Amino acid sequence: MSENISGAEAMIRGLVAEGVERVFGYPGGAIIPVYDKLYDHTDELIHVLTRHEQGAIHAAQGYARVSGKTGVVIVTSGPAATNVITGLSDALMDSTPLVVITGQVSSSLLGSDAFQETDVVGITQPITKWAYQIRNAEEIEEALGRAFYIANSGRPGPVVLDFAKNAQNQLIEWHGYRKCDYIRSYNPSPGIPEGDLRRVADLINAAKKPLIIAGHGVMISGAEDALRALAEKADIPVGSTLLGLSSMNSDHPLFKGMVGMHGNVGQNFNTNRADELVCIGMRFDDRVTGEPDKYAPQAKVVHIDIDASEFDKNIKTSAKIHGDAREALEGLLPMVRENRHTDWVRSFDEANAVEREKVIKNAVSGTDPTAPPHMGEVALKVSLAAGADPVLVTDVGQNQMLSARYFRYSAPRSIITSGGLGTMGFGLPAAIGAKMGAPGRTVCYFGGDGGFQMTMQELGTIMQYGTAVKIIVLNNDFLGNVRQWQAMFFNNRFSQTPMVNPDFNKIADAYGIANERVMTRAELDGAIRRMMDCPGAFLLNVRIDERDMIFPMTPNGFAVDHIILNENEDIFTMNDDGQQ
Amino acid sequence: MDNNNTLFTITVFSENHVGLLNQLSIIFTRRCLNIESVSASRCSIPGVHKTTMTCYSDRVTMEKVISQIEKRIDVLKAFLYTDDEIVYQEVALYKVPTCKLLDEEHLEEIIRRHNARILEISRDNTIIEKTGHNDETEALFEELKRYDIRQFVRSGRVAITKSPHELVDRFLAEQEERKMRIGK
Ligand SMILES: Cc1cc2nc3c(=O)[nH]c(=O)nc-3n(C[C@H](O)[C@H](O)[C@H](O)COP(=O)(O)OP(=O)(O)OC[C@H]3O[C@@H](n4cnc5c(N)ncnc54)[C@H](O)[C@@H]3O)c2cc1C
Ligand SMILES: Cc1ncc(C[n+]2csc(CCOP(=O)(O)OP(=O)(O)O)c2C)c(N)n1
Repeated sequence: MSENISGAEAMIRGLVAEGVERVFGYPGGAIIPVYDKLYDHTDELIHVLTRHEQGAIHAAQGYARVSGKTGVVIVTSGPAATNVITGLSDALMDSTPLVVITGQVSSSLLGSDAFQETDVVGITQPITKWAYQIRNAEEIEEALGRAFYIANSGRPGPVVLDFAKNAQNQLIEWHGYRKCDYIRSYNPSPGIPEGDLRRVADLINAAKKPLIIAGHGVMISGAEDALRALAEKADIPVGSTLLGLSSMNSDHPLFKGMVGMHGNVGQNFNTNRADELVCIGMRFDDRVTGEPDKYAPQAKVVHIDIDASEFDKNIKTSAKIHGDAREALEGLLPMVRENRHTDWVRSFDEANAVEREKVIKNAVSGTDPTAPPHMGEVALKVSLAAGADPVLVTDVGQNQMLSARYFRYSAPRSIITSGGLGTMGFGLPAAIGAKMGAPGRTVCYFGGDGGFQMTMQELGTIMQYGTAVKIIVLNNDFLGNVRQWQAMFFNNRFSQTPMVNPDFNKIADAYGIANERVMTRAELDGAIRRMMDCPGAFLLNVRIDERDMIFPMTPNGFAVDHIILNENEDIFTMNDDGQQ
Repeated sequence: MDNNNTLFTITVFSENHVGLLNQLSIIFTRRCLNIESVSASRCSIPGVHKTTMTCYSDRVTMEKVISQIEKRIDVLKAFLYTDDEIVYQEVALYKVPTCKLLDEEHLEEIIRRHNARILEISRDNTIIEKTGHNDETEALFEELKRYDIRQFVRSGRVAITKSPHELVDRFLAEQEERKMRIGK
């Protein structure tokens, strides 16, 4: 049976048919017909009104990353469309499935500099997986179907649908909605040839010092169980990228920590001692490799990735598996021999013991109860108090690195952070989306005073929807991460990094959000307990000493095993027998 | 970069969608690569569009460009060639004053020697067409210079591989097979 409906109505029905339960957005002139139809569907499609379109898209990213579902954003044309640009670029970098619908002026006005017209497809083509303009309502079913298929298959990414106003109003015959599962020019899931698995299995079986590096793709493909099984069977230590954190439980004996610039010593040191690196669903970001020419010189590198353009892009590989990580690991599992690498595994612990002594101890505890706590100390305590399987959402900077390092991960998809783009202001709205995508889990936001203020207006969204996020502002009255670089590499010239801040507690008060201030270490435990006991949103404004820094650190341009341990710039050393 | 001096030919098989060329060109722009020439047309397979581009660069860079091009959803397949792997041509048009053609006996001889031809003659101007490789059309340009070239234009390169089929055939066949599987 068919009926005549408007393009706007078709769009909403299409979203519902795609299984969308929640959209994030902000209305305006060029999208008003869609908002009008939304009004008839509030029982099946929840709309979250943020305070800025950047907030809407970051919220959708948080929602998508915690749940694996496609995040949906609806905004108007012109300035609203340009306000989502940062989020699109961020989502492309961090492989996040989004469908972003932007209003557009009527097609007859395109190119005339009409009011709030902007070339959305032209602007977004470089930062989306696909961008398409709907000028005729007859195209809606196909365009929307393709958008969802593209966004959440293969390597996930953001898609833009630029929806001209005439198409929103146009009446079409509606025969129901069919999802898209095939595009001639696109093959998201290439099958893995048996021979490729065999070659990699042989390499793994032959390795004496193998190391697995798990990336974001492990969780995108749901390969966590296969990863653990493989690591256990062949006794291979596992490290992860920043975005790969929580693909393995922090407490698993084979999990040896994070790789890269601020990663763990054992990982980075042994990356350059390994004879075999198995890199799964990660893309060798320069924060991971340090100087690429000096990366893993003794290792055969195996790369498993669904995106063929990642192969040999940054690091030359010896063997590759092109396909889904889970499929690949499940295929490898029976081919990989049971094995033991006892000394090799232990060598990570020896290096990490040095890190624990020289870095971690100072980062997560302190002796002076009247001094401000350290960022790592706050992160560790919050994560231990946050109940089962908490989710960490971070902003960017020291707060990000230190919370990521010291949070404990017990379930997959437990860290949501802007990795590739490093978008300050990402955290607070992403935390809102994460809480909405995982209402049963405690969502803990960590941000600095700088990044918090970039999207602080989203406290209004938290107020309106009663979103129970725990907001921890690590407040050092400085753009801390830049300050750290100025201290280490620019002779303490603190150019434009000190910040005069408002009273964040009063701001929380104005939004009706429960809050506390922590000035000293002695106050921390009680405040965290009360924050966790509070059923709703809570803001914890924690004083941090601006001189605190993130360590260890591999500075730009150095090999990953050139590791600075502290302010005195002590370099980690250990000979190959594990002696310091 | 000193390593930048190989001329590569890139052929891209794609859907014929609005904005396709922009999707291709941004991949070059981002890497600060200059597209020397571009031409686009249908190919022998119905509904498939073929864009041919040339670019000076090194192989490693160009291979990365190819994989970024193939990553675009609307692209079926992209290929990279050096000159020895393809048969290619360009077309150049030259406009010279007709009086020169009539006055200078050499001119006719030049046209014949270069295997060029005259497309149109009017009282004022004569339009000469030459099909060939860049160095050939360039050589004719050099010779015609002294007869006062009033306009000159050269097309983008078109190229055909030495293989018997369109190389995108295999990709299309695999996709057809996928479609059947999904359909079941
Ligand atoms: C201040 C700051 C400091 C940082 N420091 C560090 C650091 O010390 N260490 C660190 O690791 N990072 C660090 N980062 C983050 C870094 O920039 C990158 O974002 C991060 O390393 C990327 O991790 P990834 O490659 O695992 O994930 P992504 O960038 O999301 O890449 C995912 C990869 O998985 C693939 N993939 C997707 N789906 C699948 C599938 N189904 N099957 C197989 N493969 C799939 C994709 O094609 C892609 O190659 C830092 C960022 C900031 C802002
Ligand atoms: C939008 C944006 N602008 C600038 C930067 C550069 N930047 C990276 S970290 C940082 C300082 C962050 O300071 P703050 O938010 O206070 O966090 P802290 O490092 O002190 O934890 C800056 C300015 C960025 N990553 N993103």
